Amino acid sequence: MKTSVKTLRLENNIIAKASGEFHGGIYPPENKQQSMTLPVGSLPIPDELIFPLNQHMGAPAEPIVSVGDNVLGGQKIAEAVGMFSATIHASSSGTVSAIEERILPHPSGMSGLCIVIQTDGKHQHIDFQTCDDYLEQEPTELIEKIREAGVTGLGGAGFPTAVKLKPPANDIINTLILNGTECEPYITADHSLMLYHAEEVIASAKLLSHILGNPEHVLIGVEDNKSDAIQALASALKNSAMNNIQIMTFPTKYPSGGEKQLIQLLTGKEVPSGAIPASLGIVMQNVGTAVAAYRAVALGQPLTSRITTLVGEALTTQRNYQVLLGTPIEFALQQAGFDASNNERLIMGGPMMGFTLKELTTPIIKSTNCIIAPSKKELPSPPPAQECIRCGLCSEVCPVSLLPQQLYWYAKAEDYERAQNYNLFDCIECGACSYVCSSNIPLVQYYRATKGSIRQQEQEKIKSDHARQRFEFRQRRFAKAEAEKIAKREARKKAAAKAKQLQAEKLARNPEANKDSTPKCDPVTEAIARVKAKENDPAAQQARLERSINSAKNRMTKLQEKLANAEHDKKNPISAQIKQVEVRLQNAEKQLAEFTSSEVVDDKPTIQDAASSAIEKAKANTAALANMSEKEKLEKQLTSLKQRLKKAHQRLADAEQENNEHLDAFKNSVTKLEQKLKDTQTQLSASTKADKYGLN
Amino acid sequence: MMIALILQYPVISAVIALGGLALIFGAVLGFAAVQFKVEGDPIVEQLDALLPQTQCGQCGHPGCRPYAEGIANGEAINKCPPGGQTTINAIADLLGIDAPSLDEEHGEEADIKTVAFIREDECIGCTKCIQACPVDAILGAAKQMHTVIADECTGCDLCVEPCPVDCIDMIPVKQSISDWKWTTPNTNHIIATDKGLSLTEGQTV
Repeated sequence: MKTSVKTLRLENNIIAKASGEFHGGIYPPENKQQSMTLPVGSLPIPDELIFPLNQHMGAPAEPIVSVGDNVLGGQKIAEAVGMFSATIHASSSGTVSAIEERILPHPSGMSGLCIVIQTDGKHQHIDFQTCDDYLEQEPTELIEKIREAGVTGLGGAGFPTAVKLKPPANDIINTLILNGTECEPYITADHSLMLYHAEEVIASAKLLSHILGNPEHVLIGVEDNKSDAIQALASALKNSAMNNIQIMTFPTKYPSGGEKQLIQLLTGKEVPSGAIPASLGIVMQNVGTAVAAYRAVALGQPLTSRITTLVGEALTTQRNYQVLLGTPIEFALQQAGFDASNNERLIMGGPMMGFTLKELTTPIIKSTNCIIAPSKKELPSPPPAQECIRCGLCSEVCPVSLLPQQLYWYAKAEDYERAQNYNLFDCIECGACSYVCSSNIPLVQYYRATKGSIRQQEQEKIKSDHARQRFEFRQRRFAKAEAEKIAKREARKKAAAKAKQLQAEKLARNPEANKDSTPKCDPVTEAIARVKAKENDPAAQQARLERSINSAKNRMTKLQEKLANAEHDKKNPISAQIKQVEVRLQNAEKQLAEFTSSEVVDDKPTIQDAASSAIEKAKANTAALANMSEKEKLEKQLTSLKQRLKKAHQRLADAEQENNEHLDAFKNSVTKLEQKLKDTQTQLSASTKADKYGLN
Repeated sequence: MMIALILQYPVISAVIALGGLALIFGAVLGFAAVQFKVEGDPIVEQLDALLPQTQCGQCGHPGCRPYAEGIANGEAINKCPPGGQTTINAIADLLGIDAPSLDEEHGEEADIKTVAFIREDECIGCTKCIQACPVDAILGAAKQMHTVIADECTGCDLCVEPCPVDCIDMIPVKQSISDWKWTTPNTNHIIATDKGLSLTEGQTV
């Protein structure tokens, strides 16, 4: 892109008149002569220097010193955090006395973290590494040096200079503009810099031009009310024999120092809404910033001091001072003879765009170009606002060709969407509209507030979208967990149903297995049932006892008959038998008597005891049986059979002796037992055989 | 032949031609209706985008989206205290109705933004607040101390109620320089003759 510079060449092509124009603008009283009567002065070193960690745009710097550290002038005390930040250096020697919250020089009047240095008055500084051959060095190295020196825009916004000197790679820079316009009333900091340090301004133009790859045009824009500065620059330029640099002058009008306005003045081009000048191939730097960059590279000096205008009728000396950064404003004002009784408010910056300082203890920072201490008459408080009369003066003076009146209505109605549609964000907040407003409406304040609200809303929107995302994610997570739980439950249910089905199938296939298992518990249950029956029926028990008494009585009578019939020698055994029966009878009768008497009372314990012992016995038997192996069972069976056989033989012998009528039955039982014994023996031998072969 | 027929029966051929056209267009429109069907309810999406997404439930719905659905079904638009008048105005603008003022039944509009803060010494690690947080802004585990991720907290205060040891505070968000903004000027307009009065008596008019 080729930039045609609209110029009228004057004086050997060194000074040229810019022929561009921008819309609107105002002509407020300049009030510049007060501070230019004296050359740049210097202030003594204050006792305390205060360095706010965010005195630039972007992220606050990170302190690299701690309380109690001794520091020298020019020593780095805070490191930049990320690209969009700036380092901070001590401006004099001393001790770090605190790193704490202090009130900042900011329209909010809020406090922020500051490094406080107690000075020692020696003003020692680190060795500055000078560099003469900077024009031979790589631009990236030079930019790094500027960045390391903590150079930020000294014009007011405090934009880190290193970032601005690295324009986007696809923008080819063909114009470098040094802005020496200083269009706001009262301020003369840049004016005196250009007047007294013209050589450095020219050298810095050369340096920046080298960093940006020697663009076609290098322009220094100065308003025509600074004729002495223009002359100084012109003579410095002549001496330096640099012919691609041009000084451009233009009529004094506010706000021709605005970046986009100056570009329009010098090149006739308008920077599109929302774009940066680099997109037109233009880079602009304030002259003060350029000189700071030059000093950082050529002299190795970090940014530790600047020229600040102290002006206003409440001061006895109105002039520019070379001040150390961090100097408390109160201290600086005292040096200039500040009369607090004749002052209502202090303004940092110019009267158009500056803000009222809320605290005198705040320090002078990198972007403090001017402090106005007006007398009560000089800058009276603005008169109260009245209703807009729709005179339209505001839109006539707007340098960005906006419609301030429309913006005012929308700002007042908080109609942010329409305000944005009317390009609110193109407003440079120059204050021209408020200056001309016949109803004294603080228009710029409305625009600033509205811009802030819109930005805040955007932030909130981002935050609320984020919250929504998190909420929805949480909902999804819950839904997923719930689905998983349900699925698990279903799976368990299915598994249980399947197991049931399998069981049923098994049962259907093999009903015996089920039947076999039931009789096992039979002896126990039967015993319990029996005992229960007994327990439940005392009448039956009584009947049983009575029966046994009856049978004993019968037997008794039979035996007595036998005794009577028997021969003499056989009387003895029979009488013994009678005695036995008698004892039995007596026992039975006793039991019956007991039973009948205790029937009313609780007779359960004995019976229950008997019952429980019977149950236990049965249980033990079954348990023993269950525990025994096949072989053991057989062996036990065998021994019991042998015993029974023995008894049976005995009984048979007795019966034969007595010639019993049941002799046949006895013989039969003996043979049966013998048969059983034989069977068991064969089984046992088979099982031992099996054991031998390990088949059991 | 064709032309002769058309000329012979102009009315009938016209009717046939129009009927044919109607059929063709009907088919095209029917196809388009199926093919380019709009998914979801766009008005609900738009309403949801305007709501503050604190998910606080002060409107009586379990979250902002359900309330957006409620509004789409004709519910009152002034039930959202966290959004305040700004949100009500935005919704009224979207729906083309007059903006009512906030229904105080559902809570008052807070001037200051707050975030939850857990007094960590007192936390017993019961996880009740974690379960209550609609945006997962509380970090912790059972029997471990919990803490609030301040950047994620929407300030809905749903976690305050369930805390059995009452160790959660809603503390105002500290304003920093980066989110400071200019305030709108006072709009006390006066007539010119009151000028001197107002200067001597300050702001009272």
